[in-house]
Amino acid sequence: MSSAHPRSVEQLLRDLTPQVLGALTRRHRDFAAAEDATQEALLAASMQWPLEGVPGNPAGWLYKIALRRLSDHTRSEAARRRREENIAGEFAIEEMLMQSTDTDFEPDQDDTLLLLFMCCHPSLTTASAIALTLRAVGGLTTAEIGKAFFVPEATMAQRISRAKQAIKESNTPFSLPSGQERDERLDAVMHVLYLIFNEGHTSSVGEKLQRVDLSTEAIRLTRSLNESAPDSPEVAGLLALMLLTEARSAARSGPAGELIPLDEQDRTRWDRALIQEGVALIAKAMSSSLIGPYQLQAAIAAVHDQAATPEQTNWAQIQNLYGLLLRISDNPMVALNHAVATAMVEGVEAGLSLVDAIAQDTRLKEHYRTHAVRAHLYERAGKHHLALEHYQRAADGTSSLPERNYLLSKAARLSSRRS
Amino acid sequence: MKFMLMMNVPHDTGDYRINQWTPEAFNAHIKFMKDLNRDLTKSGELVDAQGLAPPGRAKIIRFGKGGAPVASDGPFAETKEFLAGYWIVDVEKPERAYEIAAKASSAPGPDGQPLVIPIEVREVLGAPLPSEG
Repeated sequence: MSSAHPRSVEQLLRDLTPQVLGALTRRHRDFAAAEDATQEALLAASMQWPLEGVPGNPAGWLYKIALRRLSDHTRSEAARRRREENIAGEFAIEEMLMQSTDTDFEPDQDDTLLLLFMCCHPSLTTASAIALTLRAVGGLTTAEIGKAFFVPEATMAQRISRAKQAIKESNTPFSLPSGQERDERLDAVMHVLYLIFNEGHTSSVGEKLQRVDLSTEAIRLTRSLNESAPDSPEVAGLLALMLLTEARSAARSGPAGELIPLDEQDRTRWDRALIQEGVALIAKAMSSSLIGPYQLQAAIAAVHDQAATPEQTNWAQIQNLYGLLLRISDNPMVALNHAVATAMVEGVEAGLSLVDAIAQDTRLKEHYRTHAVRAHLYERAGKHHLALEHYQRAADGTSSLPERNYLLSKAARLSSRRS
Repeated sequence: MKFMLMMNVPHDTGDYRINQWTPEAFNAHIKFMKDLNRDLTKSGELVDAQGLAPPGRAKIIRFGKGGAPVASDGPFAETKEFLAGYWIVDVEKPERAYEIAAKASSAPGPDGQPLVIPIEVREVLGAPLPSEG
């Protein structure tokens, strides 16, 4: 035993969570109960280890405690059922659990992947998949997750228990899916991790509250996903996208928490190490023949990150990449970004006529992003009265407070120039 | 995405003259609200729900010279409605917030029939949705 800093204990516990839960679930089958037991073991360790030191086999220690809790739970469940239904039996699991020791602990390298598949199961709502992933794979407590999403702990606890209920009802086996199902489930996992990253990335603007950093957690989880699924270039692409975006985080907001757009950021504040790692990852991923949307987005981020000044940005390359992305994704926001890149390469008029085409779709005509892109292009073209109008309409349509403030400040800048 | 559901009650009837209801009707109303909040916690959607003290106890505060708060007392005749309480819910899509608002609006009145309280639904500004980025 050696004494340990609470902070490093916390990190260690989070890293060990999927190993312990994976081994326990393989053994016990009841994912929901195993998950509760694992959380209880984590809690016990977080109180004991900083005082008494980290045990020699920390994962084995956690496994043993979790197993004991699980066995308590099973025993009381069985007793309850015997009382209610007057049936005998149920001893098999109990016996098995009682005889186990921490030496039975068998980590499996597929466990993280398996657990992610479980937590991002299609039968869950996005919000519950996110919460369950952070708890069961990320090792975060319900209170931490609640705080991260500004939701009370009781509500978050219900969200997690509903998620576990949905998994139970779906009768999903604790085994790796194969073929097309594997691809689809992997897509769902990547989507959930991307959402977690995005939540951290966007809500970190301005106020840094005392809460877990969701972008850091998302990167950590995606790193372990990348280790468990090294054959998937899209996973590497997702990790690269996160790193290349995270690299700019220090430069993307000002002292008052105001958003600073890419072309006005102090590029010396970008994190070179993250950029280097991200660029290497994406270069390797894209050398495979399977190109997907995360790789393309990462490649676009890499082009931005490698430009020493905004003027040096290779917009032709970005336009090409958005063009490729457009072919494999029907996301209208990609089309709008493609229009911006086109404007940078071929001129504002070319960009605006693409926006006009996109706005043929009635749902997009009044979308705030359409207005924001128009405003940006009109400003570049020197049509300030039109730019002002569209900045205002974009500001009224966005759901993001920092973005609203940014768009309003652009409008204010233009109107003060006019008067 | 988060929404604030504001229960605005008409100024002239105040709190629907709830003090004149029968105890049964009153209790049914209170129970309805409690059940609603419990259900929203269970569904993993409740962020906050609060009732506010009556407008007779409200003050309107303005900044005064030297930084001292300047208060004007109610009742504020110019307002037609006042906020009696609110919910903040975290839901998957706006339609779900409307559904919750309609449920809240159906809280029973003195005759056991829905009061059809107007509920104003406003999105709470937060982080942009990734599908928009």
